Amino acid sequence: MKKIDFKSKSGMQRNEKIVSSVLFLFGIISIFTTFGIVFSLFEETVLFFKEVSILDFLTGKEWTPLFEPARFGVLPLVFGTFLIVIFSSIISLPIGLGSAIYLSEYAPKKARKILKPILEILAGVPSIVYGYFALTTITPIIKSIFPDASVYNALSAGIAVGIMTIPMVSSLSEDAMMAVPNSLRQGAYGLGSTKFEVATKIVIPAAFSSIMASFILAISRAIGETMIVAMAAGSTPKMTLNPLESIQTMTGYIVQISLGDVPYGSIGYKTIFAVGTLLFTITFILNIISRTIVRKFRRVY
Amino acid sequence: MDNKELQRIKSRKLKNSVFHGLIFFCTIFGVIVLALLLYDILKKGLPWLTIDFLTNFPSRFPKKSGIFPGLLGSLWIILLTAALAFPVGVGTAIYLEEYAKENRFTEFIKLNIANLAGVPSIIYGMLGLAVFVRALSMGRSVLAASFTMALLILPIIIISSQEAIRSVPSALKQASFALGTTKWQTVTGVILPYALPGILTGTILAISRALGEAAPLIVVGALTYVSFIPKTPLDQFTTLPIQIFNWSSMPKREFQNVAAAGIIILLGILLLANSTAIILRDKYQIKIKD
Repeated sequence: MKKIDFKSKSGMQRNEKIVSSVLFLFGIISIFTTFGIVFSLFEETVLFFKEVSILDFLTGKEWTPLFEPARFGVLPLVFGTFLIVIFSSIISLPIGLGSAIYLSEYAPKKARKILKPILEILAGVPSIVYGYFALTTITPIIKSIFPDASVYNALSAGIAVGIMTIPMVSSLSEDAMMAVPNSLRQGAYGLGSTKFEVATKIVIPAAFSSIMASFILAISRAIGETMIVAMAAGSTPKMTLNPLESIQTMTGYIVQISLGDVPYGSIGYKTIFAVGTLLFTITFILNIISRTIVRKFRRVY
Repeated sequence: MDNKELQRIKSRKLKNSVFHGLIFFCTIFGVIVLALLLYDILKKGLPWLTIDFLTNFPSRFPKKSGIFPGLLGSLWIILLTAALAFPVGVGTAIYLEEYAKENRFTEFIKLNIANLAGVPSIIYGMLGLAVFVRALSMGRSVLAASFTMALLILPIIIISSQEAIRSVPSALKQASFALGTTKWQTVTGVILPYALPGILTGTILAISRALGEAAPLIVVGALTYVSFIPKTPLDQFTTLPIQIFNWSSMPKREFQNVAAAGIIILLGILLLANSTAIILRDKYQIKIKD
């Protein structure tokens, strides 16, 4: 047991002051981090826009920053990212929502006890492992179905990103459904509803805003996912909607440049910050939207 | 009940069963994928998993390739990251839960932390490149990588520590204050001991996230081919995930098996870390209940 020395009251008060200011400093580190991110991205981006016009960057359809003639239209990278988002959403949204409904409405306690930890393990697997899985397992399966698919393709990476984001959709949606009060369910069951009717007509509408928010977060996560697309999606920036072709995403481009030897201050160095700024802005807006949906449309019972 | 009514009930029940099967499959899908993934990796990687693999340096020849520099690089970065992020993360959580006044500024800090948790990891890499590597001229070093990783996992540590601190019964706090203790004495004497298992669990989970991250480190400038081990925090480095990434992208097919062996090591370490977290939590929780 530590003894408390009550005699040195002024000393204790001084210590309190020191402690609370140190803790305050820790607290504002997170604000510095945000400013650091914004500042470091914008600094190089402003330099980039001195050489390339913003309009050309945002509307250009060719992305060849390191070749002659150099073109800086970011749309091919945005398209590539979009393809990944589409295919990952096709996997993660319905499957994530389905498993959330199962775990919250249908599953017996025992099944829940086994299945939930497995989904948590799935969430803890590093993205590099999913990238490897895409490259060595998903791609060969795709190639056996579509022989003319490229070795690196958007479909394979999209599926892997989708699998990675299932646990996120599932656990967030499940939390929302569990928060729906039981009295609503009992009421519907009392009228003779089946579980299907209770789930689709009572629980999902009641938890709708949080489910939407989880969808948006999953999309935001897919946009920012890096290693899977760097390994499995290829590195050819292209305006295409064909998922069997090799493409490049915004994150994939940043990795490609970072792996190479691009000197500090060169236009190649500045491009990754311009692309990074775009990426940060998109994910930031999506995260804000998701938070607003939860706050504004939440029903309180 | 007439026939029509019975028919309708039948079809409603059928709908329910079909839906039940469908969403059960959705849930099982994750299990199937996990099993497939593990089977694939174990089948390819296990034959390559030897003592030499753990102690060798990377090589042009798959058979001689090893993960030693990656292992040590990851160890360096994890230890430094934890040393940086743990005190700051827990300190921030204590500040927000116990010290901060309820005003706009505190709300802003909280909102800011929630937003930081959603920033893609590669963006942290760019922050690290601009601030730690260039502006503070740490170079492409272990130290710069650790600072970057610390900022990346800080929101996770803060949020989980906040939850742990919030779970401390207020009766315990009141009792402590009633004895005339200062806030800090209550924090160190009552709140932290009670919340520690939760805080440690969150920290270990955050650190396992850092252990598996590759994207920010590639941007900060990790090497993909390393023939030395880092001796000081200012040395260059590689890590486990980056070695795995490098092997996966080699044209020689055998390197894919080497990558699988690397993945087994990585997943093994993650499993160990997570089980430690769970055991730690369970053990301490019982102790406090007594």
